[in-house]
Amino acid sequence: MRRGPDWLAHAILGLGVLLFALPVWLVLAGSTQDSAAIARGELSLWPGSDGLAAYARAWHGGAPRMLLTSLGMALLIAGGKIVISSLSAFAVAFFRFPFRQVAFWLIFLTLMLPVEVRIIPTYAVMSDFGLINSFTGLWVPLIASATATLLYRQVFVSIPDELIEAARMDGAGPLRFFWDIVVPVSAANTAALFVILFVYGWNQYLWPLLVATDPRLDTIVIGIVKMIAVETQADWAAVMATAVLALLPPVVVVVLMQRWFVSGLTDGEK
Amino acid sequence: MERRTVFHHRLLPILLVAPQFLLTVFFFLWPAGEAIWSSMTRQDPFGLHSQFVGLDNFTDLFEDPLYRDSIGRTVVFMTAVSLLSMAVALLLAVFADREIRGRGIYRTLLIWPYAIAPAMAAVLWLLLLQPQIGLVGVWLNRHGIAWDYHLNGTQALTVVILASAWKQVSYNFIFFLAGLQSIPRTVTEAARLDGAKGWRRFRTITFPLLAPTTFFLIVVNLVYAAFDTFGTVQALTQGGPGKATETLVIKVYRDGVVNLDIGSSSAQSVVLMLGVVALTALQFRFLGRRSDA
Amino acid sequence: MKRRTLLTGSLALAASPVAAQAAKTPLVWWHAMTGANGEEINRIATGFNASQSAYEIQAVYKGGYADVLTAAIAAWRANQAPHLVQIFEVGTGSMLAAGPATKQVWQLAQETGVALDPALYIPGVRGYYALSDGRQASMPFNSSTAVMWYNKDAFEKAGLDPEKPPATWADTVAAARAIKAKEAASIPVTSSWLIWVQLEQFGAIHDLPFATKANGFDGLDAELKFNGPGQVKQWQRLADMSQEGTFKYTGRDTAPDAVFYSGQAAIGFGSSAGRGDIVRNAKFRWGEALLPIDTEVNPNPINSIIGGASLWTMTARERTPAEYKGVAEFLRYIGQPEVDAHWHQTTGYVPVTFGGYEKSKADGYYQTAVGADVPIQQLARGTVTANSRGLRLGRLAEIRNILYEETEKMLQGQQSAQQTLDAGVQRGNRVLRDFQKSVGG
Repeated sequence: MRRGPDWLAHAILGLGVLLFALPVWLVLAGSTQDSAAIARGELSLWPGSDGLAAYARAWHGGAPRMLLTSLGMALLIAGGKIVISSLSAFAVAFFRFPFRQVAFWLIFLTLMLPVEVRIIPTYAVMSDFGLINSFTGLWVPLIASATATLLYRQVFVSIPDELIEAARMDGAGPLRFFWDIVVPVSAANTAALFVILFVYGWNQYLWPLLVATDPRLDTIVIGIVKMIAVETQADWAAVMATAVLALLPPVVVVVLMQRWFVSGLTDGEK
Repeated sequence: MERRTVFHHRLLPILLVAPQFLLTVFFFLWPAGEAIWSSMTRQDPFGLHSQFVGLDNFTDLFEDPLYRDSIGRTVVFMTAVSLLSMAVALLLAVFADREIRGRGIYRTLLIWPYAIAPAMAAVLWLLLLQPQIGLVGVWLNRHGIAWDYHLNGTQALTVVILASAWKQVSYNFIFFLAGLQSIPRTVTEAARLDGAKGWRRFRTITFPLLAPTTFFLIVVNLVYAAFDTFGTVQALTQGGPGKATETLVIKVYRDGVVNLDIGSSSAQSVVLMLGVVALTALQFRFLGRRSDA
Repeated sequence: MKRRTLLTGSLALAASPVAAQAAKTPLVWWHAMTGANGEEINRIATGFNASQSAYEIQAVYKGGYADVLTAAIAAWRANQAPHLVQIFEVGTGSMLAAGPATKQVWQLAQETGVALDPALYIPGVRGYYALSDGRQASMPFNSSTAVMWYNKDAFEKAGLDPEKPPATWADTVAAARAIKAKEAASIPVTSSWLIWVQLEQFGAIHDLPFATKANGFDGLDAELKFNGPGQVKQWQRLADMSQEGTFKYTGRDTAPDAVFYSGQAAIGFGSSAGRGDIVRNAKFRWGEALLPIDTEVNPNPINSIIGGASLWTMTARERTPAEYKGVAEFLRYIGQPEVDAHWHQTTGYVPVTFGGYEKSKADGYYQTAVGADVPIQQLARGTVTANSRGLRLGRLAEIRNILYEETEKMLQGQQSAQQTLDAGVQRGNRVLRDFQKSVGG
């Protein structure tokens, strides 16, 4: 049945795309406008004439260090969680050892304790370990939660018996098995997790806010919020330039790895 | 559900689980325990004096009309954010599921916002709605509408709801789309052949089949709205003006970190913990069985 | 032989600066100053380091006043406290209750033998940070008071005399109406630090109590009293002005500063310490004036109270006597006339020592910087009473936030001035009782 284009769908989807594209276009355009003009209320959707001056200001205002901190945090959180969770899930799925059930349930418990609910006492623990105001303190406490472990366990547990038998026949030990079979089999999940965790790590706000009072440890997200803190004194074009820089890495990661990300995310729920 | 054991080592698995286990103990269980303990004490900020006061902090909380207001406000906030976010996402997903040209591009353009941080969503919406510099904010004020969310509590709540819901649409979209795509075409075809029009088909076939996804998303959205929106609200209004946008999680932060009232803030944390436990338990009760398979 | 001497010689040469540096005891100073004031802080630190070879102080910006206090407490709990920390005046009550976490000035002077003579300091300034028996608890450093900044160009445009700023509130309201009528500025009146200026300072200069027990100086069981008729009248005035468009609330704390120096507001109440930024940014003629008086409430105004911050010495388990001596030496350094005068003249904070004030007079500073002596005049006016010595209440910062919240409700038309201040008293008293209990009082 030949029909014309589905105008309704295009309209709705077009509006949806616009809903998200508009603010981003605004920061892009705004970053090329003059801050004083913006402060007077003249922010416009059309690119301005200041070119990349705001980016230079943002760059010299500490953006590189903040971007690096965010990058370090995101990569370490993603990598750390993937490694720890896959190892734990591997242990729980393929071995029987004392306290296995206990370990599993304790880890499961962490699902119910988002960081916002344990901020004060976690801060106290960090204090005791001397991790306040340290880069380590930024990421280590965030790699312990259970979602990735549960996801991996699910995947591992559904590895077909034939593969396991084959490995057994070859006389492979557990670590060989992990490296040669388990890791490749769960590669897609790992890719998905990487995206999810990278974004999670990059976008953290409350935790770095608490842990790092030294401005030299600010992540880019914290940095931007500080820039707008006293609205009457913000350098708006630089704020927008910094926002563009802050949005780029996680967006690039999501877009480039979109296919794995989407399938990993939705498979995990089923 | 349980597979037969593959390897019979004893020490190795313990070593493998150890890192996660230790991190869990130190950064989850110990702090949670501390929070429970602190919630039953009254301390000075320096930790020099600390008295055990039993459940006093909790009774004080629930007798405090401001705390009860916070609870009500948070419920309103959570409901509005979840509803708005899921409705928009569902609408977009339904149309993205159709066989149209360029739907791959549409999907990418609707998925990328997943990468936006809650705090960044606040910054973006500020640039739209700030009364003196925002694109729309300035326009509103110039056209006679007194728009200033720094002064008007209802406007402030609207702004944080919009920013929070906006940020979450992408996540919901991904799941709704996957859910729609897993409905066998045969079912929808059969319905269409029976003469069911679009909306009727949606109401009687599609939406019910989406129930598991919907339920899952409701729980996730409620938890998101309760906790992950901290960055959004803090960056936009810091809970103000007055207490207009002070959700429970903002209150925990204010009382604990800003006002250094450890006892009350810990009690509030414990209450929130119980809330999350209830929600997560609910979720796993209905969905967990399947994911254990 | 020659080569060896050369070698040893050059090694010795290379080692000596290192050796000299290794001998310098490092001190850490956390502060909350940005902009022009922040640069001055660095200059002071560098000056101190250059003036002697035993200690090296490092000034670290830690965020706003509230952030610095929170960070200091957390650091102390982790045994990582800095040697010196700049705590705002409203944190004094909390710091006094900190017991072993701090070393008070009198203690420091006693233990280290470094002379930190209270008599050198201007009483109106040091009194806020002293114990009731006169011993000095923390060292005054940056003290300001509230003043009225006004835009002379806007005044002229409104038909007002730019050299005659309003002296009473009746005059201020009239001026604001004129400014509005002639559209001389987009905002006739705004106020930074609304609670500090319009409630705390207003109460002090009109000799009205903020709390019982001499505003908390005499006991932890003080109760709030700022909902008296005089203060309610002022609050109602603000509500009425806001309603008619002659007053606009532009945010908490320092957010409204830029509203004045960018030229949007014709009258901007704020801290005298805003002078540095105004000098830098204002592109119009401006003046610094005394706070207006409500002659009906009290025709004979007395002194205003100081704001700003003081320096507290913090303890740590392994802190050595040498480090404390270094801190004492630094405190002595900043009390010297040249350092105090320079700080005062570049920032707008008042001199804390007589020496600093005299030097500034001798420098002719007050002839060139017209109005810079207004805060000093206001601080020295009349005789100090129990209501104008300052405020000493635990968790005062939280009480201020409560007042901001209630006032923001009032300005939206949700409650009356009386209700606002009553709610402030009620909620604030709860905080005070909590604080009292938590420190075992």
